[in-house]
Amino acid sequence: MENIIGDRESSTSQNEPENNWRPYFSFSTDHKVIGVQYMVMSFIFFLVGGLLAMLIRAELITPQSNVVDRPLYNGLFTLHGTIMIFLWIIPFNAGISNYLVPLMIGARDIAFPLLNAISFWMIPPGGILLLSSFLLPNGTAQSGWWSYPPISLQIPPGQPINGELIWIVSLVIIGISSIMGAVNFITTIFWMRAPGMTFFRMPVFVWSVLSAQLLQLVNLPSLTGALILLLFDLNFGTQFFKPLENGDPIIYQHLFWFYSHPAVYIMALPAFGIFAEVLPAFSRNPLFGYRSLAVASLGIAVVSIFVWVHHMFTSATPSWMRILFMVTSMLVAVPTGVKAFGWTATIWKSKLHLETPMLFAMGGAAMFLLGGVTGVMLAAVPFDIHVHNTYFIVGHFHYIVFNTITMAIFAAIYFWFPKITGRMYAEGWGKLHFWLTFISANLTFFPMLPLGLQGMVRRISSYDPRYQGWNVIASLGSFLLGVSILPFIANMLGSWLYGTRAVNNPWHATGLEWTTTSPPPQDNFDEIPVVKRPPYDYGDPKYSVIESPDYHQPEH
Amino acid sequence: MVRLLDYLLIAGCIAVLLLVSHWIGQLAYSWMPLEATAEAQKVDSLFSFLVSIGTFIILGLVGMMVYSVLFFHAPKNDYSEGHSSRGDIRLEILWTATPTLLVLWIAFQGFNIYQQLNILGLGQIVHLHTPLKSEPAYAVASNDKPKPTSETIEVFVKQWDWSFRYPNNVTSNELHLPVNLRTRLNMHAKDVLHSFYVPVFRLQQYIVPGRNINLVVRPTRTGKYTLKDALFSGTYFALMDANVQVESLEEYNQWLTKTEKEPKTRKNQVLAEYSQSPKTWFKSGWYTVVPDQRAITQSALE
Repeated sequence: MENIIGDRESSTSQNEPENNWRPYFSFSTDHKVIGVQYMVMSFIFFLVGGLLAMLIRAELITPQSNVVDRPLYNGLFTLHGTIMIFLWIIPFNAGISNYLVPLMIGARDIAFPLLNAISFWMIPPGGILLLSSFLLPNGTAQSGWWSYPPISLQIPPGQPINGELIWIVSLVIIGISSIMGAVNFITTIFWMRAPGMTFFRMPVFVWSVLSAQLLQLVNLPSLTGALILLLFDLNFGTQFFKPLENGDPIIYQHLFWFYSHPAVYIMALPAFGIFAEVLPAFSRNPLFGYRSLAVASLGIAVVSIFVWVHHMFTSATPSWMRILFMVTSMLVAVPTGVKAFGWTATIWKSKLHLETPMLFAMGGAAMFLLGGVTGVMLAAVPFDIHVHNTYFIVGHFHYIVFNTITMAIFAAIYFWFPKITGRMYAEGWGKLHFWLTFISANLTFFPMLPLGLQGMVRRISSYDPRYQGWNVIASLGSFLLGVSILPFIANMLGSWLYGTRAVNNPWHATGLEWTTTSPPPQDNFDEIPVVKRPPYDYGDPKYSVIESPDYHQPEH
Repeated sequence: MVRLLDYLLIAGCIAVLLLVSHWIGQLAYSWMPLEATAEAQKVDSLFSFLVSIGTFIILGLVGMMVYSVLFFHAPKNDYSEGHSSRGDIRLEILWTATPTLLVLWIAFQGFNIYQQLNILGLGQIVHLHTPLKSEPAYAVASNDKPKPTSETIEVFVKQWDWSFRYPNNVTSNELHLPVNLRTRLNMHAKDVLHSFYVPVFRLQQYIVPGRNINLVVRPTRTGKYTLKDALFSGTYFALMDANVQVESLEEYNQWLTKTEKEPKTRKNQVLAEYSQSPKTWFKSGWYTVVPDQRAITQSALE
């Protein structure tokens, strides 16, 4: 067997990285350009959201309220949550999916390129609108990202243009953009696969995008509808959610969580998909149990539609509802467990390479275990009643949204950076970024778990001094986390401009995206490939995912 | 022979894991606050059980990952292939079936303990007395009679103040509870949603304006604790604490008579903070709801 060596330093690359930035600022309908637009834009919002988080942690380093006044603090955590969910993770996932899905299934573009461009261009106005509410005389929305009525309806009297209104309008804009995106992704995956690309030859990343986008399509209208009703209550005197005027605020909670719980999986499924791409490539083994991992993506999506009441165990819900949703919530652990076992089995008895993408993927998968296990704990009603609305919840979901999903996002950026830019990133800086992030993320989010068990309530700007110890650790950790992003930015900018040229397939990975040039040509492939082999064909002496259509007819 | 050794090794690892998980599960009791109700003990034993199982899973899988990193490291630049095994159907069935049984078992344990809380009174939480027409879904079954309670205390909550009215019409900002007796709390919210949360009781319940929500609590340990509003309720949310005093029935009655003679209202921290400019570096001066000056028991009755 011929030895395959790493050729990340290849000087033989014929690829011509383009340093023409102009298309990225234009109304392009190329899915690759739109993908990069999504990713870069959402990263800028990530920096804004992170800055807000560091202000929050600065306030919490001491028990007293002494950094920002209370209305501003409430605005900070409201916008931090909103930005991180709706302007960082969800649009970043839309971006990486945009870039990769057509390449991975062997398509020339996405199904509706113009709709795709419109979906993207709705988000910057929505996001800027949201941030502009900082400039209003009475500031941003202050009712948390749940925006539960009636607290969200308490607005400055006589000011129809207020932070809450702007929050609702920008979320509706972003929501409509996501629904249009979902239509596009689902259509593309169903109808634009290359010859021979059957469903069970699709990479797990495509399966997870499909599952996540189906959830967007089914569940997001519920939130959009609830927000429009909330807008009517806010500005037009209706009483849908006003408890003292025949409305019911609990209905809002149902509508909100009917979307916002599946939203967790809309964010997490693509991250799981990224793990399924990166782990096999750097362990040189096929993905263990491909079919079960693929089906588990759909399983997670289906079960997650029926779990939303676990956010409402203390919201005056009847007993039968609590018990029913306790069981369904725990069942999510089954398909999720299948994934975690599959990842671990993939790297077992392998030939591991610990390049930056692999470090982020393994770090993310390991920390996901703590996020997942605390999630199962929270599904148990009696325990949830104790820690509901405490820092235990905050710690749990940051282990998911940061320590799992954002780690996966970094893994994806490093993994596909050569493909997207045609240049290699700097490995040393990448490893520095990983270790800083891994250590500081644990320092920031682990202390929240014991704090919550002890009963520290979330969303408070001053607290009992006995909680200070863990809070100081969390705050210092968050500042280090802020610093950890600097080597990443330096690496990305420097490598994009001056990195060594990348070959088509620097990781010797399988998957159609690696068979084309780096960066891919305008139409992705010179000829549409014909797929003859299952995915993750590692372990064979020589994987050959595609064969030239000259010699093989399509299978059907 | 080698195969037997392998199995022994695996069995040994699992045994060690089980021991460590059990030990951490026992440690978990110490991560929780004091236990001041019988419910708290149940919740803590459930938590300990969950921590044991969670530790087993986390240590098992992270252990395998760390082992892989240490022992399956490929030589630098050797990108040759690993093995070609794509899966093992028996293993996959095993790791689908086992977690299914495991979570069903956990759910059963959770349900069990939830039922026991029922016996102890937590079940009264769902006693949503909406006397008028609405909400047949929440209607309480006729056999679900409220258990006898010794005292009934009216709990009033508003932005940003708790107050409590006792049977002899005494009103206070402190919640006094007789130890080892069942006390019914009738809870009323004036403006927005609030959540009644006493960490040492392991009890939390949202209070919805316009609905009567009841909670029955039987503290088992005397002492001074804190009641918190756990659901974000606006600008001065962080200050929504009240003292909870659990004491013997005699002391409780003494306190009631004493407070009846010389009513004492705590200085309201929110009003104090509202009346002066904030002592923070950044002052946004954004809008806030004005805290109500009047005692809540009066304003709530309007």
